[in-house]
Amino acid sequence: MDDALLVALLLTDATIRVATPLVLAAFAALYSERAGVVDIGLEGKMLAGAFFAAAVASSTGNPWLGLGAAVAASVALALVHGFACITHKGNQVVSGMAINILVAGLAPTLAYAWFRQGGQTPLLPGEARLPQVRLPGVEALSAIPVLGPVYRELIDDANVLIWLTVLLVVATHWVFTRSRFGLRLRAVGENPSAVDTAGLSVTRLRYQAVIITGVLTGIAGAYLSTAHGAGFVRDMTAGKGYLALAALIFGKWRPWPTLFACLLFAFTDAVQVRLQGVPLPVVGVIPVQFIQMLPYVLTVLLLAGFVGRAVAPRASGVPYVKER
Amino acid sequence: MAQDAAQGVTGRGFDRPGEVPGWVGYALLPLLNLLAALVLSGLVILVIGENPLDVLALLVTEAVGYPEAIGYTLYYTTSYIFTGLAVAIAFHCGLFNIGGEGQAYLGGLGAGLVGLALTGWPWPVAALGAVALSALFGAAWAAVPGWLQAKRGSHIVITTIMFNFIAAAIMTYLLVDVLIRPGSQSPETREFDPGVWLPTMDRALGWLGVAIPASPLNLSFLWALACCALFYLFLWRTRWGYEIRTVGRNERAAVYAGISPARNIILAMAISGALAGFVGVNEIMGVQHRILLNFTGGVGFVGIAVALMGRNHPVGIVLAALLFGVLAQGGGQVSFEYPTVNRELVMVIQGLVILFAGALENLFKPQVEALFRRRGGGAAHG
Repeated sequence: MDDALLVALLLTDATIRVATPLVLAAFAALYSERAGVVDIGLEGKMLAGAFFAAAVASSTGNPWLGLGAAVAASVALALVHGFACITHKGNQVVSGMAINILVAGLAPTLAYAWFRQGGQTPLLPGEARLPQVRLPGVEALSAIPVLGPVYRELIDDANVLIWLTVLLVVATHWVFTRSRFGLRLRAVGENPSAVDTAGLSVTRLRYQAVIITGVLTGIAGAYLSTAHGAGFVRDMTAGKGYLALAALIFGKWRPWPTLFACLLFAFTDAVQVRLQGVPLPVVGVIPVQFIQMLPYVLTVLLLAGFVGRAVAPRASGVPYVKER
Repeated sequence: MAQDAAQGVTGRGFDRPGEVPGWVGYALLPLLNLLAALVLSGLVILVIGENPLDVLALLVTEAVGYPEAIGYTLYYTTSYIFTGLAVAIAFHCGLFNIGGEGQAYLGGLGAGLVGLALTGWPWPVAALGAVALSALFGAAWAAVPGWLQAKRGSHIVITTIMFNFIAAAIMTYLLVDVLIRPGSQSPETREFDPGVWLPTMDRALGWLGVAIPASPLNLSFLWALACCALFYLFLWRTRWGYEIRTVGRNERAAVYAGISPARNIILAMAISGALAGFVGVNEIMGVQHRILLNFTGGVGFVGIAVALMGRNHPVGIVLAALLFGVLAQGGGQVSFEYPTVNRELVMVIQGLVILFAGALENLFKPQVEALFRRRGGGAAHG
């Protein structure tokens, strides 16, 4: 009984830790795409965040400065995306792709030149990493069955960014359903000309949205290199930006379903690690690769309408041209 | 006059004859964009503490400075021509194929299966078989997203991205669990029988009595050039090509003219995938002679830059592929000479070229057009 509970708790714990950067990135894209700017550059912005967080944390010893650098770098890239897509009405997919390729080259190039460690940053010591939040009462509660282990494994010692992500989810729900800003963002992604007619600036709203995207992807990157990991390594995002995009689509561009999609994808990852080489009844050993491709297959099936319909914000991907 | 200027700013200028010469659109603006990308790349090189001009000079020398280097450069160019054409034909149909990477990967599987199956056959048979099967595998892998877009309304950009990941997973599975050379630790197949290897260019020219230095450049380079010619003939000289371009220009007009968008979307994607699949012929039959992990190494993404730079025209694509071939070969060599420079610097330049040539393609257009209009206006009045 206790063993089963422990396995379940460890799986949940792993799921949360893997899900955090996904949630941050998927919610980042949520803001951008609900405002009508398609963002496949999540991967690049996260990678830039991861690199600058680790680089600055490594040279100053202060993870918070690293977090700030990550956000700054990621916002800068978001502004490039905005400049191309909003101001110059360029192709949003091409711009996102360019950012991904640019950063995939830039991060290891800078890492190589600055740290001379084969495209990595040095391993960060404990104090240069973002801290975990210790909560009181672990000892007092540990005697209680079920609640004690749950509290110890899941709630206590969670990284500060995990808490931030929880806050973000709640705040995003509020922004999109209750706040004036959120309603305007949604409107600008569905019908920009109506927003324009109402006397609001489409350009301004969309820039605000991509800046929020930049902030969140920067935090997601910092999580990878200074909270979950202990330094930047080449390709450390490893497709997480695209997976977050898949989660956003799987969540049909809505906050709660997107959160659950992220948790689902993270759970398959956690399960896959535990299932490696373990024979299952009936099917035998499932090759790891098939579990790894599951989120992508699910997204394809969803988009094809085989598991419900995912309808993108109507104006997403379309630059707004003010009528003359 | 003021109205003219306003129209110029919103980008109608190229349709107006006699005002801005055509070469501005297809030569001057791409060159300006390229220049901007190179200047920014130079800044990156400055930041990492090297002299951009020295690095550039070395890069060019190492790419085209001596015959062996040219062979390597053209070998990279070959793959880039294939993926550039692949992205371009999808573009002509109004589709953005980001899946070149996965399609090239599966094309390599197709070519490789031919290489594994044929032993003791003459190489021309193997070459034909590899071309056919790599085209088939690549086309099948691209036609599915095409079908999903045409019939089920899925977004082709997202599905092709997802298909890249699925292809990578499938190939890893095949190479680790199925096709792996028995007793081997590294995930790759056995080497093909040397008799079915695609001859390298130095060997082929050797038969004609022409001696050139050895390099990975092989006969698939000629096939790439042939594909350029076929691409041109197909797209601008056949009814099918006309239909594909019509769908790309205006889907509703195509429907009105009795052209089926769905059929053409699937067709264009299948051809696109087949072209990307030919990367497998170059890499697997021409150079590696075995199927191995990640042999594509980003060629599908470079294809996007090549198509954008080359304005989706075969001539432009050959030139752009040549440029990226120079970058790939020269950039790799530069990293040997400069301790602070590594191979990924090439990706920085590629990314910047995609950014400026693709997403910011109109960045300099208003200024350049205004310049020409002012000169043209001055001449007319003076």
